Amino acid sequence: MNLLDFVLFAPAAAFVIALLIPRNNPGLSRMFTLGASLVIFLASLLLIGGVSAAPREFRFVTDFQWIQSPNIRYHIGLDGLSLWLVVLTTMLTPIAALISWTYIDQRVKEFYAFLLLLEFGVIGVFVSLDLFLFFVFWEVSLVPMYFLVGIWGHERRIYAAVKFFLYTMVGSMMMLASMIWLYGKAGSFDYGIILDGLRTGKIALTSTEQLLLFLGFFLAFAIKVPLFPLHTWLPDAHVEAPTAGSVMLASVMLKMGTYGLVRYNLPLFPQASRDSAPWIVSLAIIGIIYGALVAMVQPNMKKLVAYSSVSHLGFVVLGIFSFTQQGLDGAVYQMLNHGVSTGALFILVGYLYERRHSLEISSYGGVATLAPWLSTVFLLTTFASIGLPTLNNFVGEFLVLQGAAKANFSWAVFAAIGVILSACYMLWMYQRAFLGRAGESLAHHMHDLSPREWAAILPLVALMIWMGVYSQSFLPPVSAQNAQILEQTKRNVDFRVSNHAIQELGNVR
Amino acid sequence: MYDKFIPTAADYVRFAPEILLTVFGTLIMLIEAGRKEDQRRPYGILSLIALAGAIYLAFPAYNNAGPAFQGMLIVDGFGTFFRVLCYVAAALAVLCSGQYLSREKADSGEYYSLILFSVVGQGVMVTANELLMVFIGLEISSIATYVLAGFLRDDQRNNESALKYFLLGSFATAFLLYGIAWIYGLTGSTDLSLIRAALGSANPPNVILTGTAAALMFVGLAFKVSAFPFQIWTPDVYQGAPAPVSAFMSAGPKAAAFAILVRIFMTAFEPIAARWEPILWVTALATMVVGNFAALAQVNIKRLLAYSSIAHAGYILVAITAQSQIGISAVMFYLAAYTFMNVGAFAAVTHLAGKDEKYVNIEDLAGLGQRQPVTAALLSVFLLSLIGVPLTGGFFGKFYIFKAALDSNLVWLTVLGLLNSAVAAYYYLRVLVVMYMQDASAEVPAPKPVSGGILVALVGSAVATVILGVFPSVILNFAGKSGTLNP
Repeated sequence: MNLLDFVLFAPAAAFVIALLIPRNNPGLSRMFTLGASLVIFLASLLLIGGVSAAPREFRFVTDFQWIQSPNIRYHIGLDGLSLWLVVLTTMLTPIAALISWTYIDQRVKEFYAFLLLLEFGVIGVFVSLDLFLFFVFWEVSLVPMYFLVGIWGHERRIYAAVKFFLYTMVGSMMMLASMIWLYGKAGSFDYGIILDGLRTGKIALTSTEQLLLFLGFFLAFAIKVPLFPLHTWLPDAHVEAPTAGSVMLASVMLKMGTYGLVRYNLPLFPQASRDSAPWIVSLAIIGIIYGALVAMVQPNMKKLVAYSSVSHLGFVVLGIFSFTQQGLDGAVYQMLNHGVSTGALFILVGYLYERRHSLEISSYGGVATLAPWLSTVFLLTTFASIGLPTLNNFVGEFLVLQGAAKANFSWAVFAAIGVILSACYMLWMYQRAFLGRAGESLAHHMHDLSPREWAAILPLVALMIWMGVYSQSFLPPVSAQNAQILEQTKRNVDFRVSNHAIQELGNVR
Repeated sequence: MYDKFIPTAADYVRFAPEILLTVFGTLIMLIEAGRKEDQRRPYGILSLIALAGAIYLAFPAYNNAGPAFQGMLIVDGFGTFFRVLCYVAAALAVLCSGQYLSREKADSGEYYSLILFSVVGQGVMVTANELLMVFIGLEISSIATYVLAGFLRDDQRNNESALKYFLLGSFATAFLLYGIAWIYGLTGSTDLSLIRAALGSANPPNVILTGTAAALMFVGLAFKVSAFPFQIWTPDVYQGAPAPVSAFMSAGPKAAAFAILVRIFMTAFEPIAARWEPILWVTALATMVVGNFAALAQVNIKRLLAYSSIAHAGYILVAITAQSQIGISAVMFYLAAYTFMNVGAFAAVTHLAGKDEKYVNIEDLAGLGQRQPVTAALLSVFLLSLIGVPLTGGFFGKFYIFKAALDSNLVWLTVLGLLNSAVAAYYYLRVLVVMYMQDASAEVPAPKPVSGGILVALVGSAVATVILGVFPSVILNFAGKSGTLNP
């Protein structure tokens, strides 16, 4: 049992304990969840040193047989790619607990229990090194989110929760079929073994096979990301979810999709990835522009942020499928940036909602005079989201655009339109909600940030600046692992080509 | 010559569980006859003792594995597995029955005797090595179940249910018997291994005639497992029958019917597999589609579970279509997982239905998450398992089935089956939605906390469902070992 096992299973243990807390003591549920998730967060910080020392290898590995037949292993580990995603998850869970302190007043115990179960599932997705284990966590994370949206959401919560569940379910079923097929070829679900088998040619896939398997995985991940045109569940789920649900959904659960693309699709099916890159990039660019345009006309703040997520995640996919070091680095960095800044946006929108009980932009106006600190933090987050230099998103977007330009200059041109549009919709929202004269009724509700609210938002604000000013604290391990993934995609392609050529030679002879 | 017909001691050891159950079933009837009005009714306990004893005796029988009674029966791993499974299903149903019967004022010994006799029939079915024993076992099991379905004789729905089940069931059994007659005519035997030898010989009987005979038998068995297009009876019967009986019917007799379906088609008819495989393929797909899509529209939870059980029969048929040893193990594992999750769900319904089964609509479960957190949580485990969410037995069941199918290159069937299970998620989720996300209605009185036998059945099934989901090897190793049928 190493540190990573602890970070993975502590949320599960905390979930069980949270279920045992008496129903009539909501305060205890809140305190316990906050305390437990903070401990987990601190423990996860200790992982950073170990991984940064050798980001290309899997560290903190635990590997033993779970089920003999079929051969399924409990195999977890952490590398430069998954490290920050795990830390992001453990960091956002206490924040989600804090922002729900007063927001959730019904069935408090269950809410916090589900929050911990969600943390368990999401961390599991990021650390699994066995395809089957990965799938298990992938599905497990679905259940708590379904309940978080469905029980504590707004009016159309049930529709949104069911839609979210079914969309993901369809995708994951196809992924499961691909995994089983791959297992039939490899005799193992182990990520390392499969990767090795593909590299050495022990596992031979025909190009049709590779393409179909690629699509099986891709569909599951693309729905989760979500990539245009599979994004329609996202605005519904975001708008209806409680604030903590939106934060966890946007900041970590969407990353499960992009993480899957980088971890599985690229190295396992390099040929198919490269072949289908132009199509996928086209969808990503459509998503960037479409998401931004739709965000612009939203009267509802949460919906606006949700569509902006579609746009931002388009950048991530663009970066991944540019097949350049900068693009991939930017994509992974952008996953983290989006987690921080969009998470912060959802938290701030949640603060506004708690005061005014409305998500309509038109119900606000002039908030800046009533709650200056809230408005300042909101403005800063807006700038971060737009991608202003010295703030985090700038670094990620810049790298993605640079990578895209290297691959195909016109991609970068179209994607850049999205950056401009993001300034339009974000600033316009800020102007309508925060500037101008405050209405009589609004003044009644609006007060500035409370210490608890400060505590939840301040770490994110600090990170926005830190990640924008000194990205070197975060990028090197990511970059090292990305370089390796990029090598893998090349190596496997080269191998297949030469192997094919040898075969043909043989035929000629 | 005649000394061959005198059973040996080994024969009795191999048949001991069924003997014990018959003795207890008869004993309960005798006690009932001599009981005075105000005396206690120990039938539930007696039945549980009988079933526990039968499970216990199944192990020495397995250790002495081999044919019994001149090859009429065969005790092997496969048969033992299903034997124990049927006993467990019956025990769970008995646990649910006590409270139900006293609520409906119908507590009497016959009910338990019938359950025990039905299980005897299933025990004979799953160990049968010969078509006539299959038929006899099936009839013992079915006739007892027909009566159980109409056990509350003053209740109209019960009567309708029993009548439908009986009429259609006997019709279907007639098909089976007719098929057996054809096979006997064609091969001169009713012994599975001899039939196989005849069909696989260099000079096999007319293939069209054997195909027809196999089809006739398939009709009879497809009815019992409620496969399309012979599934029509299922929703009506499950809805009308007493809830614990529905729990029993959806598990025990179904598992036994699948066992003989597998045994007959994978041994006797294996030589003509190429002929029946396409039929099974289509049946499997149609059963999944019909079950899942019809379930979408249900308002009554018993009907919903009935359609879901049709859909699950479809998944199991997928594994049979794979025609491999791993397919057989998948069938075994799935039926074990299915027994726990489905009986568990019906046990919850038994508790929540209230007197005269007034509250069996999905809407009546509104607010259950707050009114009855324990029952709701247990029911959720079963529903999540039925959806196939990981860490539950239902997930591994599906996983092994579709793995078996892919190993046999049934790619399209796998893809369509998996998409079907995504459709299925919708109607199970609807129940979860109502339980947790809607407020309780004033018209439905809050159910009492679950207690007694039903609680034991619920917790036991939930624990088994989760264990099968986390440590599937417990059963899978045995299933993998027993997946070889030696004719």
